[in-house]
Amino acid sequence: MIAAKMIMAIDWQAFRLTLQLAVTVSAILLLLGLPIAHWIAFSPWPWKFLVEAVVALPIVLPPTVLGFYLLVALGPRSPLGRWWIALTGHTLAFTFGGLVIGSILYSLPFAVQPFAASFSAVDRKLIAASATLGASPLRSFFSITLPLSIPGLITGAALSFAHTMGEFGVVLMVGGNIPGVTRTVSIDIFDRVQASDYATANETALLLLALSFAVLALVYGLNRKAWVIGPVK
Amino acid sequence: MTEARISRPEAAIVSSRATPDNEPLGPLLAARLRKRFAAQSQEFVLEVEFQAAPGFTILVGPSGAGKTTLLDCIAGLTPPDSGRIAIGDDILFDADRRVDLPVAKRHVGYVFQNLALFPHLTVEENVQYGLAHLPQAERAAQASAILQAFRIPHLARRYPREISGGESQRAALARTLVTDPAVLLLDEPLAALDAATKARIIDDLRRWNEAHRIPILYVTHSHEEVFALGERVLMLDAGRIAAQGTPHEVVAAPLQETVAQLIGFENIFDAIVESVHPERGTMMCKIMTGCVENDGGSVLLETPLVRGGVGAELRVGIRAGDILLATAPPVGLSARNVIPGRIAALEQCDVMVSARVSCRVEMEVHLTLAARDSLQLAPGREVWLVIKTHSCHLMSLAADSRRIL
Repeated sequence: MIAAKMIMAIDWQAFRLTLQLAVTVSAILLLLGLPIAHWIAFSPWPWKFLVEAVVALPIVLPPTVLGFYLLVALGPRSPLGRWWIALTGHTLAFTFGGLVIGSILYSLPFAVQPFAASFSAVDRKLIAASATLGASPLRSFFSITLPLSIPGLITGAALSFAHTMGEFGVVLMVGGNIPGVTRTVSIDIFDRVQASDYATANETALLLLALSFAVLALVYGLNRKAWVIGPVK
Repeated sequence: MTEARISRPEAAIVSSRATPDNEPLGPLLAARLRKRFAAQSQEFVLEVEFQAAPGFTILVGPSGAGKTTLLDCIAGLTPPDSGRIAIGDDILFDADRRVDLPVAKRHVGYVFQNLALFPHLTVEENVQYGLAHLPQAERAAQASAILQAFRIPHLARRYPREISGGESQRAALARTLVTDPAVLLLDEPLAALDAATKARIIDDLRRWNEAHRIPILYVTHSHEEVFALGERVLMLDAGRIAAQGTPHEVVAAPLQETVAQLIGFENIFDAIVESVHPERGTMMCKIMTGCVENDGGSVLLETPLVRGGVGAELRVGIRAGDILLATAPPVGLSARNVIPGRIAALEQCDVMVSARVSCRVEMEVHLTLAARDSLQLAPGREVWLVIKTHSCHLMSLAADSRRIL
């Protein structure tokens, strides 16, 4: 009876929204991160470390700093914000779209770094052999580089998913706390604690913990299998 | 053998029509290229010009001579700074005309030293990889035929990690040859194999090429392979063609000594070629002792024959452990060099004895404790040094002493 009441108290909408955000962000990062990681792994440009540093910035920046600049960049006074308002009639800040953009930037290094590391680990001779066998660079990428990088891709996707699930500062800055739109689980927990509703905060936190662990365990389990059937000799 | 070209850089770039008259002419690989690398203070320049006719052309030379770079330039993996590379009328690269065909369009087969089989594909999928432009049925038929020709049809479904070294070499060759390349580059693909396996694969490759007649550039370090395969040999050294011709013209004797290899020679002497004996494959070298020797007692060594004529200056290296010591004039020996001398000093290092023997020059000889005791060796004792011809290792005395003779 008590358990049922507690479960009733959990904000399922926040959970749904958080999962939706994490799935959207890791899917977009998978697409966006591949070309960036490929460029980082293979470009001969001597200054590319500058780009690597920019990509890695979210790891060291306080989420509030990132969130603040995003708020400014997405707000009505920036060109991007104005363009978005002209397009849709409302600002990006305090919307789910804004949250997605913020989360993508925030989790970018967690996707790009494993991707780039696994691309770099592919034996260049394999790519050269593919070319001498008549394959275009695009075919070499999809037939050789990508399949040999699957463990890194899984790691990157899992990390960006988990990182997005747990983010707080950026969401608070960019999204605020609008139920069903930007109120994620971490915000919900914060809210409960503020309201001294420790029981529900505990329930929610425990559930988030279990869910995050389950997702990571599943993904790393898959990854291990990928290593086993994987190529490395 | 006396016609062998001497390795002067200015004489090194020689393009010759290398095809014997009885061979049907296929398209010639013609390359003239220059590629400069600068890393820190070191600079390396590859500058070569040669033609390779259908059949095997063996590329030899010490590590770092530029062999792999040359293959990479032909394949298009490394762009030359200048020059021209063509197969028959097809221009792969021409700096003047700004032609630089992408790797995928060159039809150059390249088997790397590490083979580079795709680890996530089966042998069959590896072999079909270069046939993507064909319909599936045709792909399967061609792959199956080439696997048959290279005697590995039973491995079609296996992954590279599941097959042996020799089988991997066959799979890598099959994968490259099934694409019907216009030229084949082999970068020591058989280096890791035992002689018998190697010989069988070479036979299969030869048989394949009888039907296809394409130029095959084959990189090797092994002298045996040079003679076993060699129709023509190109010797690269320090980025230049040091010599080219038949194996016997180019490699008159085993002489691949470089400075690095000479480390470990306790005895190194400067010498002058006194006479050459091509019929015996040897020559006589006089060791220079540093002072004018007119007492008729200079030390003469019979050494393997190398390119370079009478009067050529070179350096002889002899390992202390390769010299035998006798306490009476030895008779009935196969070794060609017997040099009388006297023990100047004996020194025990652990379980080994190092003897310094003066015979106008001073030579270091290594013996066991047992040998010293049973021969009752002591300083002042008269001895005879016995040195086999092939224990005399030769290298050039040129200023850039990396150069092979």
